[in-house]
Amino acid sequence: MSEPTEESIRAEVSAWLKANWNPDLDLVQWRSLLADTGWGMPSWPKEWYGKGLPASLASAVQDEFRRIGAIGVARSGVRLLAAGTLLEHGSDALKKKFLRRILTGEDNWCQLFSEPGSGSDLAGAMTRADLKDGKWIINGQKVWTSGAHHAQYGLLLARTDWNVPKHQGLSYFIIEMEKPGVQVQPLRQMNGHATFNQVFFTDAVVPEENLVGSLGEGWKVATTTLMHERRLAADGIITGLPGKGGKQTGKAYEQERTETAKVNELYKWYPQRAGRPDLVIERAKAAGKNNDPVVRQEIAKLLTMNRAAQWTAKRARAAAQLGRVPGPEGSLGKLVGSHVARASAYVHTLINDADAMLTGEDSPMKGLIAEILVSTPAASIAGGTDEIQRNIISERVLGMPKEPVTGLDRPYKDVPKNTVS
Amino acid sequence: MQFSFSDEQEQFRTGLRRFLNEKSPPSEIRRLMATDTGYDRDAWKQLNTSLGLTAVQIPEAYGGQGFGFVELAIVLEEMGRALLCAPYFSTAVLAANAILNAGTEDQKQALLPGIAAGDIVATLAFTEDNGRWDSSGVALTAAEQGGGHRLNGVKSFVLDGHTADLIIVLARSPGSAGDEGLSFFIVDGKAQGLERRLLKSVDQTRKLARLTFDSVPAELLGEAGAAAAPLARTLDQAAVCLANEMVGGAEHMRQSALDYVMMRMQFGRPIASFQAVKHKCADMLVEVELAKSAAYYAAEAAAEEDAELPAIASLAKACASDAFIQTAKETIQLHGGIGFTWDNDTHLWFKRAKSSEVFLGTPVYHRELLMQRWNV
Repeated sequence: MSEPTEESIRAEVSAWLKANWNPDLDLVQWRSLLADTGWGMPSWPKEWYGKGLPASLASAVQDEFRRIGAIGVARSGVRLLAAGTLLEHGSDALKKKFLRRILTGEDNWCQLFSEPGSGSDLAGAMTRADLKDGKWIINGQKVWTSGAHHAQYGLLLARTDWNVPKHQGLSYFIIEMEKPGVQVQPLRQMNGHATFNQVFFTDAVVPEENLVGSLGEGWKVATTTLMHERRLAADGIITGLPGKGGKQTGKAYEQERTETAKVNELYKWYPQRAGRPDLVIERAKAAGKNNDPVVRQEIAKLLTMNRAAQWTAKRARAAAQLGRVPGPEGSLGKLVGSHVARASAYVHTLINDADAMLTGEDSPMKGLIAEILVSTPAASIAGGTDEIQRNIISERVLGMPKEPVTGLDRPYKDVPKNTVS
Repeated sequence: MQFSFSDEQEQFRTGLRRFLNEKSPPSEIRRLMATDTGYDRDAWKQLNTSLGLTAVQIPEAYGGQGFGFVELAIVLEEMGRALLCAPYFSTAVLAANAILNAGTEDQKQALLPGIAAGDIVATLAFTEDNGRWDSSGVALTAAEQGGGHRLNGVKSFVLDGHTADLIIVLARSPGSAGDEGLSFFIVDGKAQGLERRLLKSVDQTRKLARLTFDSVPAELLGEAGAAAAPLARTLDQAAVCLANEMVGGAEHMRQSALDYVMMRMQFGRPIASFQAVKHKCADMLVEVELAKSAAYYAAEAAAEEDAELPAIASLAKACASDAFIQTAKETIQLHGGIGFTWDNDTHLWFKRAKSSEVFLGTPVYHRELLMQRWNV
């Protein structure tokens, strides 16, 4: 058989879709078909629900799905991080048990890495896993877990050896969430929303075969998960994006819309977290503050930074498209985004003046402005704090030395750490 | 809009950078900035004969190379990085564009080839003692006399005004105000009644002069009373060019600060290993890269004669001014005591940052213009 080309793949997938895509199918039924034929994850290996295609051809498959508006495999939450990690480190038994139901959307997943005592320093995890009578017994607490309240499974990083240095004593497990000893509590944020959860483990049980990778190699496996998080967009995933325009009718579309709406509801404050600089001019005019010279200066500063940030992102994309060595401009987005958010919150405060003290129905834009003011602090923390971003920029882009790290020369039990209250 | 330079543009930049590194080492900057002239006439001639730099943006019809603002911006960025002491901004940016924007076809044919060849140093005299960066400050008058014009009044903060062979002067008809009655005039640097005095400037690499006009004979450039529009256009283009020159200087500062902290040892380790220093360097990179993005975009907007150019020019000028002065300040800080000495080169760029922050209007002035131009 000859090597597939973009043309041949496009022809093959479009013929297959023509024969099989039917919006009136049940969503799980359709996605099962995708998993079993490999068209759902064409870049995955043939033996595991894929077609073994290179990323470039996989994206051609995605194009064809988009073109006719066919729904892809489930992709919400961290399910694809779980899948990527299992593909790389999981036993065949684990792959067989979980991968298919990840793609069909029957199981939901969550990621149990961060703890109250270890945020930026993820490898400092203190949740413990102790082997007793052939089972792992889990005790401890995780935090900032999105989707934990409707997840059947979690990716758990826990400490299995306290007598070796920090990174060497961690192991990686799959834990069933709907079992005794696992308690999920919504974590209410300062803006009133509860997008994330805290998860408490009290003698929760994990079967021995749910260890992913080798004992003590949890940090390596977790790094894979984190890499997948970054690579996700470029991975050639078939998204469930129905084509734009035109009303998409059919059972599968309705089910997919419900699924998306449920996820989006949790994140509806994210645009406000980014500061909403897009609202500034309109709000300044509405409040009559567009004639205040001081406010004008601050608006100009903010919008200058915002435009420059957009152009910087475009420079990075243009360089990538030309296949050039990535310049520094590609590594700055996260930090710049948090500067924009902070400046934007400041400008919204100046513009709304006394009204900035109010929230809810009585306040500007029915609480939206207030939501900006109390959501922007998250921009400098979530996904790596500004301080961690500056470390990354200075070390990876500028080549500056790391700060000396202490404690890697001794057992983790002897290293100073936070106490869990 | 393009968000990357072409391979040819990158090659042009690389060659230019090598040339300027060789021709403008700190020892040469220090030698020239101490002179009244401020540049070396032979080196200037060589710059233009071997690289054709003053010709870059002048159309081929007038003896130029016919490139656009993107190439001109590359030249300026590299000159800003090298802190080249030469009357380039005055000649190739201010004067050449004023002539292109305002001059008649015959005048362009007469004046631009000399500039393109590097034979003529020229400048634009538009500010006066009041230091205003737009036409509102113009009081110098032009009166018709015997088929020609005579200029009376004072121009100040004129870049290379004391050495220029050719001076484009902004004047108004007696009794006019605002944008009305404004005209450009061509004045010979050696004209009778013109008194030129070098001003003592903080930034010795930027020579500023005060020119007194006592019935100086002048030739009208372009149309009488119609200078407001070409002036505005020239100033927008100049702001874009200055922004690109400034990001070159800012990038040089940022890199020199990084080089220094990587080798400076204190407490038994390079100071580049302290987070207080690393975070400062990361912030400097952010600031310079954002300013570059703005300056590059503005050069594209100028090249494409984008309708948003006036707004973008002000945006880029304000952004690059802030980035340059901030980066230069932090570079002194990261050098510690040595950074405050005359022998250390940092102050040369710091002073250029200071003069560029003000020249053509401060960031505050341009942010206000930006708001007006966006109809806020």
